Amino acid sequence: MLRLALLTVGFALAATAQYPSPVDLRVSPDARRLYIVCQGTDELVVADTKSKSIVGRVKVGHVPRGIAITNDGQRVYVTNSWADTVTEVDTATLRALRTLPAGFEPSGAALDARGAFLYVANRISNDISVIDLATGAVLKRLVAARGASYIVASPANSHGFATHIYATHIYPKIGKHCAPPESEIMEIDATRQVVSTRLPLGNVAGVFHVAISQDGRLGIATMLRPKNLVPLAHVEHGWAFGDSIAVFGEDIGGVVELPLDELERYFSLPFGVAIAPDKSKAYLSASGSNEVAILDLNRVIAAARSPRRNDLINDLSVSGTYVLAHVPVGRNPRGIALSGDGRILYVANRLDDTVSVIDTTARKVTGTIALGGTEILTRERRGERLFYSSKYAFQGQFGCASCHLDSTIDGLHWDLEPDGFGQDILDNRALEDVGETPPYKWNGSNPDLQTECGPRTERFFFRSAGFAGQDLEDLVSYIKSIPLRPNRYRLPNGELTPAQERGKAIFERSQRKDGSPIDDTQRCAFCHSGKYYTNQATFDVGTGKPTDRSPLFDVPQLTNVALTAPYMHDGAARTLEEIWTVFNPKDTHGVTNDLAKDELNDLIEFLKTL
Amino acid sequence: MRIAIILCWLVPFAAAQHMPRYRWENFTTANGLPNDRVYSVAVDGDRIWAGTDNGLALYEKGKWRTFTTADGLAHRAVLSLSLDKRTHDLWIATMGGLSRYSAGRIDTFTQLTSGLANDVVYGVTVQGDYVWVATAAGASRLDTRTGQWSLFNERNTPMYEIWTYAVSAGEDKVYYAVWGGGVLEYDVKTERWKDYNDPDGENEIVLFKDQGLIHEITTSVSYVNKILWVATYFGASRYDGRNWRNFLDKDSGLPSNFLNQVKTLDGTRTWFATDKGLAYFDGANWAVYRPALDTHQPEMLVRDEKGNLRRVPVETAPAHNYVFGVDFQGDDIWVATAKGLSHGIPIHEEITQK
Repeated sequence: MLRLALLTVGFALAATAQYPSPVDLRVSPDARRLYIVCQGTDELVVADTKSKSIVGRVKVGHVPRGIAITNDGQRVYVTNSWADTVTEVDTATLRALRTLPAGFEPSGAALDARGAFLYVANRISNDISVIDLATGAVLKRLVAARGASYIVASPANSHGFATHIYATHIYPKIGKHCAPPESEIMEIDATRQVVSTRLPLGNVAGVFHVAISQDGRLGIATMLRPKNLVPLAHVEHGWAFGDSIAVFGEDIGGVVELPLDELERYFSLPFGVAIAPDKSKAYLSASGSNEVAILDLNRVIAAARSPRRNDLINDLSVSGTYVLAHVPVGRNPRGIALSGDGRILYVANRLDDTVSVIDTTARKVTGTIALGGTEILTRERRGERLFYSSKYAFQGQFGCASCHLDSTIDGLHWDLEPDGFGQDILDNRALEDVGETPPYKWNGSNPDLQTECGPRTERFFFRSAGFAGQDLEDLVSYIKSIPLRPNRYRLPNGELTPAQERGKAIFERSQRKDGSPIDDTQRCAFCHSGKYYTNQATFDVGTGKPTDRSPLFDVPQLTNVALTAPYMHDGAARTLEEIWTVFNPKDTHGVTNDLAKDELNDLIEFLKTL
Repeated sequence: MRIAIILCWLVPFAAAQHMPRYRWENFTTANGLPNDRVYSVAVDGDRIWAGTDNGLALYEKGKWRTFTTADGLAHRAVLSLSLDKRTHDLWIATMGGLSRYSAGRIDTFTQLTSGLANDVVYGVTVQGDYVWVATAAGASRLDTRTGQWSLFNERNTPMYEIWTYAVSAGEDKVYYAVWGGGVLEYDVKTERWKDYNDPDGENEIVLFKDQGLIHEITTSVSYVNKILWVATYFGASRYDGRNWRNFLDKDSGLPSNFLNQVKTLDGTRTWFATDKGLAYFDGANWAVYRPALDTHQPEMLVRDEKGNLRRVPVETAPAHNYVFGVDFQGDDIWVATAKGLSHGIPIHEEITQK
């Protein structure tokens, strides 16, 4: 009875619990206020920096993610990643003034120095919206890279203009199968409002925040260098992820990648970055290791200019030369912001619902700002903390979120298990709606999430500790609760466009165009059936490779399938089209070879609505 | 020599005086182009893009740089170029798919990797957030905001021949030159298609001049200020929404009826890429720029509205008679030919009376 009562309370709590989940923040120009983007409560929370108390809350759009503030401090712009909008806030009245349009899943935001144009990085539409703030209209969208997310403007020059704007992206370019990932830092000419160059980042997948020094001569971006093409057997050798930075600009003369990890001490999932006004130090948050690193920039620049500059990235002894200190902060630290004088660093601890206040001179946390929210932790919240923690992996190298960035994917295929190089290459599957779709793993060998995420995780991935007991139940609860991002391809009224309707008919058809019947097992809707578009069975669709353990693959759910490229069990199909134009010559993965090109397009338009 | 003297004598001096004259600078493989066969040219401020038979070339700060399939280009043969004037991205039509150049990065769309109808891409143009593409298997449209491809072919338009060859877009209309199928018009407001065909059918003689499109084998369209120009292998047509007016070499200043491209500046002032030289029409008078067909010496011919001819003395000419396309850089003109890329730099001195 007690157990039932607790369970009931648990369900009720899960339904009502609200956690602010701060993800980014900015300090007002007068240093008196801190503006904090709270993803979980759809708020812009305003704190007084002196009293460290909350002085206001402004309701913004759904799942806010990014923030920008005008130089005069009068306006704050918050991107609403699930509403595809930007909220303009008047800082004097703390009221929302306007809601501006953006692309799909707007994330980072940056203003030009005059505050006339807002640049917004759109994670799903892979572009940058250029918004004219005088009219509120989107002037144009600049082609970014996949998963465009974080963006920063260079400081104003002597004419009062930001000369450049830099943007990063969290998913790598979808390139050739089993080729090293490629990413870039995009540089926008803020005067012409065009992309001026793209700085290539080799072997990089997952680029996060980017900062530019006050003199505009040095840029730093946090990033991951995954070792996805060698088995995770090499975790003991520090060979799973390279937690790294890219440094670039005139001080560097190009782009140089540098490690943040040290031997036996890893700086897991680097995320936020800030550069001291005097360019003496850089500050970085590690969202998996729950700490902030302080870097000596003179030494960073010296390393990046050294003759060995291109070899340093894989040398775990080099980071010790420029990492001055690590400061422990709250759970899952994300965005960070420095006061104008560089003496105070604020850190948004997403899974603690707090902001850490760091004295940069003393190099220690001197205060914490509590953002409110439900005090009792639900099992889902506890599970989320586990999901984003890297402490379970050998020497704290990585966690679930290192591959499932923001609980999504990383756009990579992995040679995970220690079964030899090139064996059983696996695409990273999306987690949305995965909870009710057992079995798990691409070959369907794990009957439930407890098996998928439990002892197996320790053995094959973390090589140190795994999830068990209540922790495992909490983790599974979180995975089952991962919220579903809104589908951008459905009409607002829920109806289908004519092309989507035609595609639906193809998806559900039981006859070829010539009238001959299609065997059940070759019908799209046979395997991809039910609420999540999976019959939860394993099937041979003819896409197995000699290097695969079995040709039978688990039928994946199709939720938001448009966002999860590459495709198939091993990520060999770069686009939805390639599933059928390249990898289905014998109609073993659905009958599609009788379709004209426009009919295949219709089918794909329908799939994008799922 | 005698013909030249007669030409000079016949034409009123004023017409020749008002026609643009150029000093031509020519680029070939000898000075940096990857191939002499230049199918297309596009101007982006101070930068010049040339689509050649062996790669995409960029002329910047006095130097040529080449992009090939190794850089991600869909195919070595670049047939058409279209600049997005808002973003300065370049859309590239090739024999093996559609590519987009954006600040050093090339992304490619093919019939296997995307919703593009066919990999043989003859033409491309940008209309706001849409990219319209002419392929050997009908028209394709990419919505760059959503990534959705829409295909237009014989099943959903009056297109009876699906070999689309060129495309031109205004705010209200999009026009396709359909090789062997006349012209196809898309109305942006109604989202409906309409076709324009030669009233003479596929006859290669003109029975009813000015009653419609001059010929079904269309190669190029240019739509500006609600005026449509059409190039065919059998003359040119102009359509103002009500009336057609056709132009043949026998009754206009066109040097040939075989046209590869037409490009109008404002609906009136219009340039023609032909197999016998580059032609210009200012609404009344004509000019032709080329190496002379017989002597290959630089030649500029002017024909006034009354049909009088004059040979204007010039010292330079475009690289070759066989012209594929043109683009404009202020008052300068860039010309893609079968034997190089030509840059026409205006000459402002008055013609000395001979």
